[in-house]
Amino acid sequence: MSAWSAVILAGLLSWATKFAGFLVPQRWLAGPLVGRMMAYLPVALLAALVAVQTFDGGGRVVLDARAAGLVAAVVALMLRAPFLLVIVIAAATAAGLRALGVA
Amino acid sequence: MFPLTPETRPAARQGLAVGFATGLYGLSFGALAVAAGLNVWQAVALSALLFSGGSQFALIGVLASGGSGAAAVAASTLLGLRNGFYGVQMARVLRPRGVTRAVAAQLTIDESTAVALAQAEPAQQRVGFWATGWSVYVFWNAMTLAGALLGNALGDPKAWGLDAAASGAFMALLWPRLASRAARRIAVGAAAVALLATPWVPPGVPILLAALVAVLAGARPNWVAGREAAALQERRP
Repeated sequence: MSAWSAVILAGLLSWATKFAGFLVPQRWLAGPLVGRMMAYLPVALLAALVAVQTFDGGGRVVLDARAAGLVAAVVALMLRAPFLLVIVIAAATAAGLRALGVA
Repeated sequence: MFPLTPETRPAARQGLAVGFATGLYGLSFGALAVAAGLNVWQAVALSALLFSGGSQFALIGVLASGGSGAAAVAASTLLGLRNGFYGVQMARVLRPRGVTRAVAAQLTIDESTAVALAQAEPAQQRVGFWATGWSVYVFWNAMTLAGALLGNALGDPKAWGLDAAASGAFMALLWPRLASRAARRIAVGAAAVALLATPWVPPGVPILLAALVAVLAGARPNWVAGREAAALQERRP
């Protein structure tokens, strides 16, 4: 699949998901089982994305400057830093360590 | 869409502020999308068409790790399923018809739903939804373009730590969802599943396998329930 196909297909599926919510009868999605899965799904997917984005070194689990960036991001979040600052801190930490040749 | 009265004006103002703040991380999305290998116009089209921050970051995250387009689309769509649930709630608030319904669906995201549901009166809820939805849409798309142009100008993404910035972005999206013990256990379990699977399956697939942790935890809530949930259940007559 080309990058353009992925962009357009993901866009169409996103809108279709949202629009389906406006069409289906409310009681279809009212059960506690579905409610729990919907609350947990973003948690599981985002946690997996954090793990893979940080530790995947081309099919191997590696520890490099990205892990230091993630630790810095967590500290920033604990100090209630806003989203953009968290990202800048993570990037600066990793870039700094690489520039110094540490990681 | 915007019957501005003294009662509804605060909701509109709130929506505008949320849109501006959200737009700022559209800047990081644009830069990271280019670092992940999309061109400027693909980054811009993604923000305009998909318009759901978490799903957009997921799509470029899987592509950046070498995953297939199909795995990237699957991860992005799974992460966007919650928008369907917001749609159910917004349908009740807005009662839109025809083209308005199609437009309302596109603007149904975390931010517009949250601002709408935070309002007390139906008129305020409607203004909160539309003001937030449009303001996020305009700022998010404009800042995606700015970020993508910036990312293009930066050159080597690793030298600027943009790969670590993507880790930080996912963590920042995850952080507010970790309030309960159950959520924290699911997060640890999902991260472990993804890393254990990484050497054995194609890129992108570990993310999809980790989604099963959420399905399992939803089906068997006692496995992840914290002491607080167990205590609540005991107190119930």
